[in-house]
This record gives sequence, C-alpha cells and structure tokens, in this order.
Amino acid sequence: MENAGLMTIIISAILVNNFTMSRFLGICPFIGMSKKVETALGMGLAVTFVMSMASTFTYFANKYLLIPHNMGYLKTVMFILIIASLVQFVEIVLKKILPSLYQALGVFLPLITTNCAVLGVTLMNEQFGFNLIKSVVHATAAALGFTLAIVLFAFIREGMETNDIPEPFHGFPIALITASLISFAFLGFSGMV
Amino acid sequence: MKISNLTKGIIKENPTFVQLLGMCPTLAVTTSMENGLGMGLATTAVLALSNMLISLVRKAVPNKIRIPIFVVIIATFVTVVEMFMEAYMGALYSALGIFIPLIVVNCIILARAEAFAALNGPIDSLFDGIGMGLGFTLSLSILGLVRELLGTGKLVLFGTTLLNLPIPSTIALILPPGAFLVLGLLIALKNAYTIRKEA
Repeated sequence: MENAGLMTIIISAILVNNFTMSRFLGICPFIGMSKKVETALGMGLAVTFVMSMASTFTYFANKYLLIPHNMGYLKTVMFILIIASLVQFVEIVLKKILPSLYQALGVFLPLITTNCAVLGVTLMNEQFGFNLIKSVVHATAAALGFTLAIVLFAFIREGMETNDIPEPFHGFPIALITASLISFAFLGFSGMV
Repeated sequence: MKISNLTKGIIKENPTFVQLLGMCPTLAVTTSMENGLGMGLATTAVLALSNMLISLVRKAVPNKIRIPIFVVIIATFVTVVEMFMEAYMGALYSALGIFIPLIVVNCIILARAEAFAALNGPIDSLFDGIGMGLGFTLSLSILGLVRELLGTGKLVLFGTTLLNLPIPSTIALILPPGAFLVLGLLIALKNAYTIRKEA
C-alpha cells in the first residue's frame, strides 16, 4: 500500500474497501444515525471533517514525537487523546466562528470520538506507512465512502418506514439485513484495485 | 458483592443481543469461532481491568474531564493486552489485526465505565466487567460458530477439526455481507423468542 498511487487509494477507500461495508468501521453511527437522509448527510460531513484533521495531527505526532523517542507502542493512547481533544476543539471553534455550520454539525460532534472509523483510519495510515498527503487523501476518501454508504442506507430506511415488517425484525434486525444487501452490492467492486 | 453483577451481563443484559453495543468488532472478526472467542476474551480482559481501575479512581476524578481520563485508562489496558497478544498469540494477533487497538473505542467499555464503574465499588465493577465480557464472548462465539459452520462446512478450533458437515459451503457468509445477515437473523430469532414468551 505504501507505493500505491493517489487514485488507487481513493477508489480503494471509497468503493473496494469501503470503511463501513467491507471493513466494518463506524457501524454504530451507520445504524444509529441513518433514519433520515438529512441527519445521515450531516453525520457524514462531520466525520469527513474530523477524519481529515485527525490524520494530519496524528501524522505529525507520530513522526515527530513517537518515532524519534522510540515510543511506537504508545500510539493507541496518543491517537485517541488527539482525536478526543480535536473533537472538543472543533466544537468550540465552530461555535464561535461558524455558528451556522455548528448548528448543522453540532449534535454529531461528541459522538465522533467513539467512532472507530476515525481511530481506525489513523492507525491504518501509520500501518501502511503513508506520507502526509496520502494520509489525508486516504482519510478523506474513507470518510466519503462512509458518507456514501450511510446516505444510501438512509434513503432505503426512509422508504421502508411504511412497510409491513414482521414483528421480530422491527428496528435493528431489518436494518442489519438491509445493510447486508448493500454490502453485497459493494462486494461487486472487489478485485478492481 | 452481589452475584447478579457477574451473571446479568451474560444473558439478561447481553451486550450484543440486548444492548446492541460494540457492533464493529462483532461483525468484523467473527469469520471463525476461534477469532470470535479470542476477540471476546481480549475485550473481557480490558473491560474487567479498566472497570476496576475506574471504580478505584472514581472519587478523585473531576466530573468534567472524566471521559478523557476513562479513555486514557482504557487505552492503557488495551496497549497492555495488545503487547501480550503480540508476544504470546501471534496467529490470533495477526488475524484480529487493527481490531485489537480498536477495543479502545468499543462502546461497551465506555458504556460500562459510565453506567457502572463510575457509580459502584471496585469488586462489583470487576465482576460486572467480567460478566459483560463473557456475554460479549458468548455472542461473538455463537456468531462465529454459525458463520464458520455454514460458510465453510467445517468447525476448526485451535488447529483441530471438530466438525465436518457434508453440506455445500456458502462462502458469502464469511464475506462481509454474511456478517450483517447472520447477526440480523440471530437478533430477529432472539426477538421472536422473547415475543412468544411474553404472549
């Protein structure tokens, strides 16, 4: 993966190895925030924003703090701290500078700290040995892939609202089975990269 | 100390089937029963230790910054477990891959820290952690068992083939869509049972 071109990274992260549908990262918001298309889109955008910022910060922290001091084993602790403080910081800044954007994304921000896609993408960047540009591109593409999946899913769930579903399948089970069908569709992209 | 703290997590408040928490590792690593079991036990270790430590420090932690402090405690134990697995369980370590460090963001752990360990004593919290962890392990093993058995027609545990069914293998079940499908059907089955019992 280290020598992969940018285009390959983008297509791979959005379609072939979609974060939600084939890597199973960020399932909680995927199921929890997908009842309406609008909230799904808001969540997707907030995740995109935090993921690209988090990749930048963890890249520098890893390169200039952990590697020179030979403390690679601390990366999990360090990365999650960076993500938690970053989310808090973004929340404060948005509230002051862009209240309109804060209105739209505000409710989603606290939830993102425990979204495993964010920690997952930073750990993967480190594992694949990506440089700064590749890390940010990979994170942004992965987040767009998440947005694509959650918005598609929300469209289907909105449509299912009035359907007659057997009682044991109400709520979570039917959502999982719908996700399974979308996942089959994404499986069609495998082998492309 | 109440024994119910230990047992409630296993079936009555099962993290996967009742509380619907920790879906990412549940879906991702259950391609075989062995992986599900390993992931469950690793999570149990982190859950029990972090629950106990959080309960011990709960009175010293200022309320406003409790979440970051809890997360650091959890991340520390995850790192310990990760290094232990890398040293002694190489095959499982590489099979679970990125999902070992991701135990940090498993919602069950933070949920138990917030809902139980921050309010109860250390021994109760330890037992709560073990119980919830075992419940999680049980669900992951069941999901792994169904997917492995129907997906490959075989059941392999620690290198020995326990079962070899004469059925055609359904590869789709061990691919990503199969994870969603099997978990959805199992939860529906559990719901159907509850509905019938109540009626």
